[in-house]
Amino acid sequence: MALLDIENLTVEYPVRHGIFTAVDDVSLTVERGEILGIVGESGAGKSTIGNAVMGLLSSPGRIAGGTVSLEGDRIDALNAAKMRSLRGKRIGMIFQDPMTSLNPLETIENQLIETIDHHLHVGTAEAKERAIRLLEQVGIADAPNRIKQYPHEFSGGMRQRVVIALALCAEPDLIIADEPTTALDVSIQAQILDLIKRLCREENVGMILVTHDMGVIAETADRVAVMYRGKLVELGDTAQIIGQPQHPYTKVLISAVPPSNKRIDRFTRVDYAQSGTPPKADIDLNTHWLGDGPARQIDGQAMLTVASLNKVFRSGGGLFGGKAQENHAVKDVSFHVKAGETFGIVGESGSGKSTIARLITGIHKPTSGEIHFNGDPLHEKPKTGEEILRRRQVQMVFQDPYSSLNARMRVGDIVAEPIRVNGTAPSTSAARTIAADLLALVELDADAALKYPHAFSGGQRQRISIARALASRPRFLICDEPTSALDVSIQAQILNLLKDLQAKLDLTLLFISHDLPVMRQMCDRIAVMRYGEIVEQSGGEAIFTAPQHSYTRSLIDLMPKFEPDRM
Amino acid sequence: MTRMHAFLSSDFFWKFKRSPVAIVSFTVAMILILSAVFAPLIAPHDPFNPGSLNLMNGFSKPMEPNQFTGDTFWLGTDDQGRDVFSTILYGMRISLFVGVASVAFALVLGVSLGLLAAMAGGRTDAIIMRLADIQLSFPAILIAMLVFGIAKGITPVHLREEMAIWVLIISIGLSDWVQFARVVRGSAMVERQKEYVEAAILIGRGPIAIAVRHILPNIVASVLVIATISLALAIIAEATLSFLGVGAPPTQPSLGTLIRIGQGYLFSGEWWILFFPAGTLLALALSVNLLGDWLRNVLNPKLD
Repeated sequence: MALLDIENLTVEYPVRHGIFTAVDDVSLTVERGEILGIVGESGAGKSTIGNAVMGLLSSPGRIAGGTVSLEGDRIDALNAAKMRSLRGKRIGMIFQDPMTSLNPLETIENQLIETIDHHLHVGTAEAKERAIRLLEQVGIADAPNRIKQYPHEFSGGMRQRVVIALALCAEPDLIIADEPTTALDVSIQAQILDLIKRLCREENVGMILVTHDMGVIAETADRVAVMYRGKLVELGDTAQIIGQPQHPYTKVLISAVPPSNKRIDRFTRVDYAQSGTPPKADIDLNTHWLGDGPARQIDGQAMLTVASLNKVFRSGGGLFGGKAQENHAVKDVSFHVKAGETFGIVGESGSGKSTIARLITGIHKPTSGEIHFNGDPLHEKPKTGEEILRRRQVQMVFQDPYSSLNARMRVGDIVAEPIRVNGTAPSTSAARTIAADLLALVELDADAALKYPHAFSGGQRQRISIARALASRPRFLICDEPTSALDVSIQAQILNLLKDLQAKLDLTLLFISHDLPVMRQMCDRIAVMRYGEIVEQSGGEAIFTAPQHSYTRSLIDLMPKFEPDRM
Repeated sequence: MTRMHAFLSSDFFWKFKRSPVAIVSFTVAMILILSAVFAPLIAPHDPFNPGSLNLMNGFSKPMEPNQFTGDTFWLGTDDQGRDVFSTILYGMRISLFVGVASVAFALVLGVSLGLLAAMAGGRTDAIIMRLADIQLSFPAILIAMLVFGIAKGITPVHLREEMAIWVLIISIGLSDWVQFARVVRGSAMVERQKEYVEAAILIGRGPIAIAVRHILPNIVASVLVIATISLALAIIAEATLSFLGVGAPPTQPSLGTLIRIGQGYLFSGEWWILFFPAGTLLALALSVNLLGDWLRNVLNPKLD
């Protein structure tokens, strides 16, 4: 008998326009000591399965069919009280965001003891001993002292360890981990995944690992269930799913994941999720407005030069003075970007990579140092009107597709705005025509111009964001984590689009990301940043094949390995 | 027509149809507002035309024929023989006009100052918001009375009667701008951090265009909610001032003035002179307030 047996599970959400089936007739089993990965893109229903097993479906969701059994006992129709006693005791849960899944007002000790005593009734003294043992087990050094601390005294990775300790404290049979490492940096992600794997073996618990990240699945799971729009499309051993996917969707999904061990030119077959064929723009740059912009530069010439750049943020102070705090976000950074290339900046959160982007675009002013773009000093105020216009050649594609578009403007107006503001088109109607061409260039339908941003998915919004950047006729495009908020197949489409546009329009790209496999696919040269400093800079492949700095080496070591050709 | 259709099929209208509170309060508010607007058409008498009054009709009870003239008045009459129903309709006009105008004044002032504070930051922000804090530490009604007193002092005597309504509007508006400024500043600072604002800077938009074209449309929902709730408060503030005798002049009686006049008769048995204006004020303020509350839940702006 399997530890967890899900049979023909169907979960429905009654909504305004009928019923939305989030999970459609899914059957899965989990054995003791096994990690079952559930993978899929957003809206695939993968988290809903975990929530249905836990009895935590958000209202008005309901289990419309099928059964869930834990060691042969049905648990899908239990009343609230029985479900509560099951939750935490026999089924543990690890949530995505360690910053919000602990109570900030209680010490770690109180939270652990409360949970242990509640489920096992062992008394406070015994519970405390167990709590310390658990913390040691999840790799927290100096546990007897650290247990007295509050969550804010722990880093993100350490908090996730505490969350795991909480999930383990009633010695559950099954753990459901919902994107347990998505909010963490690569180096911490690797440690947490190791910990999860080890605990599953040692404690002989079954685990459902819900994630969108194929790399995490490849490293951790024994078996994989692939979900697509509520349906289970493929189930099999990890090696089989990644090495020889059978279902067409799985094939698309696998081919969209940037391989960590080699550079490929384009992502193939990534159009499964799209309905219909996207319009293909056929713009002749010799006659079109877009080709009429500033003169191109010869490839290989230095286009952007950054020398000894420093940025110190001061916070605090105010009307009555007061002591300001300093944060040295960028320290003595120098690099240059050649015309026509893609230069990458990689680093973990807080390494200062986004700050560099905002120093180049002028959103922040540098504390010291120089930035030159085609000879113009970007670190100074522009002196002439022409210089201001030349600076429009630097444009940016942002990380968050949901906040980078003005929700109250029509898409056509968003794209036409730069053209109108800078007066680069003879008339408003000409600007509108150009905007329509740009939308076609990023492969959006013609009627997109009349809609508002909320009508579009994340990937489509990112296309609109790219079209808006192109409307300033840029020569230099900064992409700050342009795909980190997107699903993997959408990411592949956007990366393909960026490559196509770069070739067609002769763009120079500054590509900023934390995702090493993505960087490997996109960048000609890469700089690695840590704590505001560049620790290493070299050719794109060289970073992966012959890393020089120890930090780079550890990053390369720790990145989730996704190598379908070796499976 | 497509706009109408879009509205009828929107989530907003869908939620409205499913909220009894919203439907009832909207209906009540609409009936009151429309009857105030069309008072000259609806009112059976013109309370401001002394020629139409008959002193013999004084103190008629509601729904009962007058003992001398045999005339019947729905809601009775006051000491002068004025029809209470008609005076309420005309009084509500004044109340609503003062309420709407003072909210509009507070809105323009508060939104501009709030946006300025959020965009300028630094010292400008500190000065505007500290001013707001100082003002908040006084009861709004005291501020309104203070402004009203000063304004009365500096207006020429022969203009006082005419100016009274405008002075009232400005004093209530001045006591209410802080709410708008605070919410607008807070929301604008959140919006300012968003990437679409950075994109607007990058394409060469100036700070004023960014504030007006980009940020303002995105915080309109919170402003709308504050405006609705403020309307109820402004109507009450006007009534309070008029009740205290410093508001609408007796020649242009508002609901508050009517209540002040009516309370003199409460214990002598003529309850209707007070009761109906007070009930109308209650219904008006409550329905507008409930509507504002519902709007806040639906539009869900982050209010503190």
